[in-house]
Amino acid sequence: MTTPPARTPRVNLGWEAMVIGLLVLALLIGSRLNDAFFTAANLSNLTANLVEVALMALTMTLVVIAAEIDLSIASTLGMCSALLGVLWAAQVPMPLAILATLALGALAGLLNGVLVTRLGLPSLAVTIGTLALYRGLAYALLGDRAVADFPPLWTNLGFGVVPGTQIPIPIVAFVVLAVIVAVALHATPFGRSLYAIGASELAARFSGLRVERVKLTLFVLSGLMSAFAAVVYTFRFSSARADNAVGFELSVIAAVLLGGVSIFGGRGSVIGVIAAVFLIGVINNALTLADVPNEILTIVTGLLLILSVLGPNVAARVRAGSERRRAAAGVKGETT
Amino acid sequence: MTTQVTESSPARRANLLERLFRAREASLVLILLALVAATSAVNPRFVAPQSLRDLLLNVSIIALVVVGQTLVLLMKHVDLSVSSVVGLTAFLSGSLFVANPGLPVPVVLLAGVVMGALLGAVNGLLVAYGRVPALVATLGTLYVFRGVDYAVVQGGQINASNLPAAFSHLATGSVLGVPTLALLVLAVMVVFAVYLRSYRGGREYYAVGSNVDAAVLAGIDVTRRVMTGFVLSGAIAGLAGVLYLARYGTVDAAAGTGLELQVIAAAVVGGVSIGGGVGTLLGAGTGALLLGAIASALVTLRAPAFWQQAIQGALLLLAISVDIVLARRAARALQERSQR
Repeated sequence: MTTPPARTPRVNLGWEAMVIGLLVLALLIGSRLNDAFFTAANLSNLTANLVEVALMALTMTLVVIAAEIDLSIASTLGMCSALLGVLWAAQVPMPLAILATLALGALAGLLNGVLVTRLGLPSLAVTIGTLALYRGLAYALLGDRAVADFPPLWTNLGFGVVPGTQIPIPIVAFVVLAVIVAVALHATPFGRSLYAIGASELAARFSGLRVERVKLTLFVLSGLMSAFAAVVYTFRFSSARADNAVGFELSVIAAVLLGGVSIFGGRGSVIGVIAAVFLIGVINNALTLADVPNEILTIVTGLLLILSVLGPNVAARVRAGSERRRAAAGVKGETT
Repeated sequence: MTTQVTESSPARRANLLERLFRAREASLVLILLALVAATSAVNPRFVAPQSLRDLLLNVSIIALVVVGQTLVLLMKHVDLSVSSVVGLTAFLSGSLFVANPGLPVPVVLLAGVVMGALLGAVNGLLVAYGRVPALVATLGTLYVFRGVDYAVVQGGQINASNLPAAFSHLATGSVLGVPTLALLVLAVMVVFAVYLRSYRGGREYYAVGSNVDAAVLAGIDVTRRVMTGFVLSGAIAGLAGVLYLARYGTVDAAAGTGLELQVIAAAVVGGVSIGGGVGTLLGAGTGALLLGAIASALVTLRAPAFWQQAIQGALLLLAISVDIVLARRAARALQERSQR
């Protein structure tokens, strides 16, 4: 009768299925609420609006699965956007400016990674510090100016659509990157090592994984992705400002946790996170179309986040409670 | 032989630990004094009574919220929702004055504490009973409370002209040159510092954060302790909300946004460990004062306006790094000595 202790699955399929189910439900309800919802133009608009959060959520998923966190992503985005603006204003050719922006993002991630892996500082503390530092550097670079005269050739990449369709161009980039990240996480030794490190860093170290190097890579990737999101953001709004994307880090983390990634590491999947990003986006869009005020959107995001963890916990407890009762009843039955 | 070892080593360790903590807070105070000395050497106006007053007023609100945050951090949890609690209670207590202009000040202070405690209880229920990780729970309530704030405010705002003079006097008045508001905050800090140091309940925060399993075995009701910690953090943030209203007079729905990171930064700079179980209110308060002094020193020294935030960020990072390196070196020394 004794069952072996259930192995906690790396990917919580029940959870992901539920988030995807909720997403479908939200799409259905959205289309019932408003005829404008299921139009190509609205869906195009909806997806374009969440592309930066979606991009940064991809790398945040990797970071959180390895039981670390990066709160500096939105500040990195702001700093990189400011650099892109400054370089363009200084008449640096655009491809070169973009390369420099990506390099700055990677450098920002490298600093986070070095502080976490070489000095052994907690990533929460380090990235709170760099959150302030990088945003400060954004202001140092650009002050309260805005650079807005980007050439249409490039801004079209930001808010244009794939010719003949309503698919925003940045979403194409997102899909490509999502596939790459999903394959890297779920089908390569690198991805498996993230789960191992997140589940038990000590065990991972003893099994010969190069924990420091993996974590350093993660932070660099996170910075690089934030820089790419900065390029997209800057072109999409055709505006480089030091305060671009303030507070985005919390939206990204909310989406990652709602997507079933454990804050303690070792568990989660790319598909769950993508579903969560879109779920939040669809709910916000549907409520906006229904003229629900913005503040309710904030409350809904917060509640979703809390319920995403509270729900399974309560369910597990109820299940454990009923099993205990059944076991107790069984024991009583045997003795009488 | 063995009894001698087991008897003497914990005592020696406690003594050493005490000295270590004293040293860490002392180093913070030294940095602070050096900063003040250097800045006032360049610009004597830095230590003029008026700018010291401003510094104290600016630091007070942060320092007060740090008290509650420290309780939570000691237990290896975190409370990100404090900024939204401050914003919400600031507006609601302002609305109390708008509705009843004759309301006595202590009643409003108490109302702020109660509102904050209720909001904190939501966090406590989620973390202690719902087993939701504190980071997730309080990130969620950060959104929810802020959303409620926006819904209640509806684009309006409280203005200083809505507030009775007796209330604004909290921020403008002073006793022996020290702002009343700062004295109030200091009183709260002293009460909690003594409680954390010398009372059973206070020591339980350290026990829970050092090792939960050991705390349970020692007979501590961890669930209740965690619940109490979050309620207190909320209540203190609620009080801070009322003081925020007194200090700034103008409160809209965005009041207090981003405060949570400043508060956590102050606590961490002050030597409160994110890993739980380590830290004192003396250190956390000094951390808040140091960050405030850095900010105002940069203004006094006419650092280019747009560089100030970057410099603050870099110093914050430096403080965290130095702190952890020192702590680790001290721990290693401690280990070596106990092995000898």
